[in-house]
Amino acid sequence: MSEHPIAARWRAIRGNAGTRRAALIPYLTAGFPTPEVSIEALRRVAAAGADFVEVGVPFSDPLADGPTIQRSTQAALDQGMTVPRVLDQIRRAALEIPVVVMTYLNPLLAFGLERFVREAAAAGVSGLLLTDFPAGADPDLEALVRASPLALIRLIAPTTTPDRLARAVEGASGFLYLISRLGVTGARDAVSTDLAEHVARVRSASTLPLAVGFGISTPAQARATGRLADGVVVGSAIVDALATGGVGAAERLVRQLAAALREGTA
Amino acid sequence: MPSDAGARETGRFGPYGGRYVPETLMAALEELDRVHEAAKRDPAFWAELDGLLKNYVGRPTPLTEAPRLGAQVGAGVVVALKREDLNHTGAHKINNTLGQALLARRMGKRRIIAETGAGQHGVATATVCARFGLECVVYMGEEDMRRQRLNVYRMELMGARVVPVTSGTRTLKDATNEALRDWVTNVTTTHYIIGSVVGPDPFPRIVRDFQSVIGREARAQTLERWGKLPHTVVACVGGGSNAMGIFSAFLADQDVALVGVEAAGEGLESGRHAASLGRGRPGVFHGSLSYLLQNADGQVQPAHSVSAGLDYPGVGPEHAYLKDTGRVLYEAVTDRQALEAFASLSRLEGILPAVESAHAVAWVLAHRGAWRVGDVVLLNLSGRGDKDVAMVAELTGAAT
Repeated sequence: MSEHPIAARWRAIRGNAGTRRAALIPYLTAGFPTPEVSIEALRRVAAAGADFVEVGVPFSDPLADGPTIQRSTQAALDQGMTVPRVLDQIRRAALEIPVVVMTYLNPLLAFGLERFVREAAAAGVSGLLLTDFPAGADPDLEALVRASPLALIRLIAPTTTPDRLARAVEGASGFLYLISRLGVTGARDAVSTDLAEHVARVRSASTLPLAVGFGISTPAQARATGRLADGVVVGSAIVDALATGGVGAAERLVRQLAAALREGTA
Repeated sequence: MPSDAGARETGRFGPYGGRYVPETLMAALEELDRVHEAAKRDPAFWAELDGLLKNYVGRPTPLTEAPRLGAQVGAGVVVALKREDLNHTGAHKINNTLGQALLARRMGKRRIIAETGAGQHGVATATVCARFGLECVVYMGEEDMRRQRLNVYRMELMGARVVPVTSGTRTLKDATNEALRDWVTNVTTTHYIIGSVVGPDPFPRIVRDFQSVIGREARAQTLERWGKLPHTVVACVGGGSNAMGIFSAFLADQDVALVGVEAAGEGLESGRHAASLGRGRPGVFHGSLSYLLQNADGQVQPAHSVSAGLDYPGVGPEHAYLKDTGRVLYEAVTDRQALEAFASLSRLEGILPAVESAHAVAWVLAHRGAWRVGDVVLLNLSGRGDKDVAMVAELTGAAT
């Protein structure tokens, strides 16, 4: 069996001890600002120094998202984005880096989760991250994802208890996604002060690579987070750049973030 | 057999319910479950709650025979109204907010958040927060704030902060999203008092348990007054807390017909309604699996009802289970029927029902001739209609 694309990417990033750096994982809402621009944004953001890309499937009631991503997903829905159209975009973007789909459970249930994991894998998706699907929420659905080619990426929160942490890492693959602080997605002024402690706690429970996200928006914040974690997720700031300055602005921000992570290793 | 057999172990009613929430909230749900289970077994907890229900809320609420309404329904048919409208704050909602405020105190949480549609749950939450000296933030859709101005002012008088929600449909669904976002952010200091039998486990069980006082009282009152159980028990269903409260005492009485009445809005065929059970499909929304108004792509569809309290695209998971098992019959009545029933009950009995509760009255009126002499129809009058007077006047063109 060949190596999973996500594992292969981590190996490539970590392979050379001399150039070890944290991975950059941008998030983009599929279909935002428009379905056509969205494909271009995916390609250019991916080529600007991203190691993985998270693609958001819009849902009408994104209760873990702040205003920036709420607005972007609503705009995408208003322009008719659906699960099959998102998969079509990912196929057409034909990215060289692994794609992780991030969404809420209900749009996938309506599409059929079994059909989704099959068609997503065929479209070039490597991982799945579900905001409202914590470990143990639904063992049957979980088994279905685990039997598929998609990595099941688990979110870990600052409030996750030791018991839950053990359960969450048991079923996880690809990488773990640590939420940097309590709250919804969106830019914050400062990175959480107790992040190091949470990172250490997760590392003691699993050897999977650890990405950190929620509230990381500036190159300085990315650099600081990248010193602790294996990967840094930036979402709202990129969506914001895309909304206000177009693809060029999003691409510039991703280049700056990628440069900051390379400096972080020096 | 209670429909929640095994529910604590699985968090489910049949396939429905569960905990489909961000990981951030899981520890709080586990804590809430532990504290609720411990409280249930603690006589001191019940002594305090029962005392407050008696001396602060005014329980037990009366069971009022409605003879002139009964005569409309059929000769010799007894229509009995369970008067939740006579509770302090004017609706059944306070049964739940008192219980949950006591749980919050046990958890050491001093900040309370809530969502509200018609404002009744917001008022009931603001009330108990004032009573216990807790900080209170209520999320309310901008559209609902317009429809229910008086309740906004009541909440503010009691020291609550009412936050207008401008996202999405600006009604209960989006107020609930906003409350959940607040909870994800402040979960270590804050308890979320959900207002209905919805949301992630253990909320549907907790709210049902605190509302079951309605059914226990009504069952005993009916037996005492008429020496038999009711033929039919009728309640309106939005999220479904007043209905679960009264149904819970009768689930094991297989001869008692249970009817839940949803809002058909402008008609079930119009697409503008709130009949999640009647026209929805199972889906995951606000933390649990239940019937849901959604489109083919799994996007939640806006509900519509003249009643802000029923204007919700989801419904409690225990109702989903009771629908599938056939134990409860779920039907729907239109805005127009509900407004007519609002007027009828006012004129016939001198009781202004909440427009939510008027849906249950309308269903009974629509089934005249369905009962025999001596049958008792037990109707849960979940709230009073004072809050709706201005809106009804506006809709019916009366001068204000």
